[in-house]
Amino acid sequence: MTAVAEPRRATREASPVVAFLVRRLIGALLALFVASVLIFVGTAVLPGDAASVVLGRGATPQAVHTLDERMHLDRPLLEQYTSWLGGFVHGDLGDSSVGLAQGQKHAPVWDLISNQVKNSVILALVTALFMIPLSLGLGALAAVYAGRAVDHAVSIGSLAAIALPEFVIGSLLVGVFFVWLDVLPPVALIPPGDNPLSHPEKLVLPVATLLLASLAAGIRMVRAGMVEVLQTEYVQTARLNGLAERWVLWRYAMRNALAPSVQVLAQNLQWLIGGIIITENVFAYPGIGTTLVTAVGNRDLTLVQSVAMMIAVVYVFLNLLADLIVMLLVPKLREPA
Amino acid sequence: MRSAFRFLRIRSGAIGLAVVVFVVVVALFGRYVAPHDPNVPVGTPLSGPSSAAHLGTDFLGRDVLSRLLYGGRSVIGLAAAATVLAYAIGLAIGLIAGYSRSKVDPILMRTVDVMLAFPPLLFLLVLITGAGSGVGVLIIGVAAIQAPSISRIVRTATLEVTVRGYVEAAVARGERAAAVVVREVLPNILAPVLVDAGLRFTYSILIIASVNYLGLGLQPPASDWALLISENREYIALNVWAVLAPAAMIALLTIGVNLMGDAIARSLGRSYVPRTTRSVPA
Repeated sequence: MTAVAEPRRATREASPVVAFLVRRLIGALLALFVASVLIFVGTAVLPGDAASVVLGRGATPQAVHTLDERMHLDRPLLEQYTSWLGGFVHGDLGDSSVGLAQGQKHAPVWDLISNQVKNSVILALVTALFMIPLSLGLGALAAVYAGRAVDHAVSIGSLAAIALPEFVIGSLLVGVFFVWLDVLPPVALIPPGDNPLSHPEKLVLPVATLLLASLAAGIRMVRAGMVEVLQTEYVQTARLNGLAERWVLWRYAMRNALAPSVQVLAQNLQWLIGGIIITENVFAYPGIGTTLVTAVGNRDLTLVQSVAMMIAVVYVFLNLLADLIVMLLVPKLREPA
Repeated sequence: MRSAFRFLRIRSGAIGLAVVVFVVVVALFGRYVAPHDPNVPVGTPLSGPSSAAHLGTDFLGRDVLSRLLYGGRSVIGLAAAATVLAYAIGLAIGLIAGYSRSKVDPILMRTVDVMLAFPPLLFLLVLITGAGSGVGVLIIGVAAIQAPSISRIVRTATLEVTVRGYVEAAVARGERAAAVVVREVLPNILAPVLVDAGLRFTYSILIIASVNYLGLGLQPPASDWALLISENREYIALNVWAVLAPAAMIALLTIGVNLMGDAIARSLGRSYVPRTTRSVPA
């Protein structure tokens, strides 16, 4: 993508970028392939027969047989796998196993989850919108005041937050802001079809939970990077030249402290995915996380497979994006090895 | 061995240890001082704290304090089992890969890469969909998540040790490979390998508790801090302690372990890399 966006760059310079991108892209595709096998095998290692598990214990052999056929479970495993993955690549997520078990002719997974995917993406974007400036700002603050009270407060606070699982943070927040202060709703039920953004008061606690759970690592990394950069000679020189401290911090120091932080921020976004699954369940937010957990409970094989694969794609893509940004920030990586 | 406890000189490390000891004692021995049976109703459901039930009752009228005192053992026990299993697998694979320098090596590295490219919680959810929810699945799943990175660390440490004189001497004496690995290599890699065991244990606690919270691990009526939170979550307005007390116990445990881990890292870092302690100009 870089090479296309900057066509004027000399080929001599661009080729390592392209080579790097191609290498990473192949790696990502390989990871996705293995992920797809893992997901498929993971859901297929049922002790017993999938159809009877979906249907429950009281199912008649006839019903099990019919569902087997409709879920294509009577075909060889390899064929099931290739037809599932082939469908996925073409945007066909298959039919929900539970839907089929209930006797519906078609129960396309996508129809069941499209609204939830939208809701989850909105939740993630709102969180990221706050997460990135907050981790940069708080990390820089701690670095500038390193060793002083502000630094200790930020460092201890982030150390504590990083240790807490989302459901504990969420429960504590509900205890404080709903039970004691009674200022925010305890659940984030969004009516189907509504845009979550039109219910901002319901988003506050889920977003706060995700932020508290994911900010810490970013803050600590930015702080470490900034502390190091602030000691370098070019920062001292800039200061001695009489540049305003603010200018020195943001123009000189932040830029160089950013490179290692990008990787951590991308990691944070990845953690956000795991965090969103839990946080949505804490607040009964109608997103992909609540859908996934319900599907796992119902043993809805097809739905779990497809949603898991979608999440894996996002995960791997974020990794790729982080590598790309780091490469653009650190010119050294662009030179031929 | 004394150097292992140097982290106690850092105040947050000492506090962390004290907190962890407190929570572990409550988790392991709390049940012996519990005032009530954790599975028997003692009063009106969701009544607030009283002299009969100091933390009130839960949604079925059971004593929250008693369930709290019973509910820690599974949190610590499951996480400990998963961590020990992860180390058992990781040590075996890592030792074999590092000592034999065989073809296992590249496969191991790739596996770790893939595991890192896959959300751990998602891995567990997929596994539970396939194998059903249960304690065994939970322990094996969490061990499987952690084993690859442990084996990578073991492998690196093993590679370093196998070129040492005492290992070569043992090989020259004609000892069998298994004996060399167990007697010469293993004791010498244990310390660096176990450095991050505490953090892995916390991680196991976090993810197992999360799955339990989602209702896909331990099943009611088990007393488990995570389960206590989720089963009373809906009624939080009626007796907030039924949710906050177990949440606070999990919070204390994981924060305590993290404070300790941070202090240990810093106390080790100081002796190895004195440069980083240089005072920072503000």
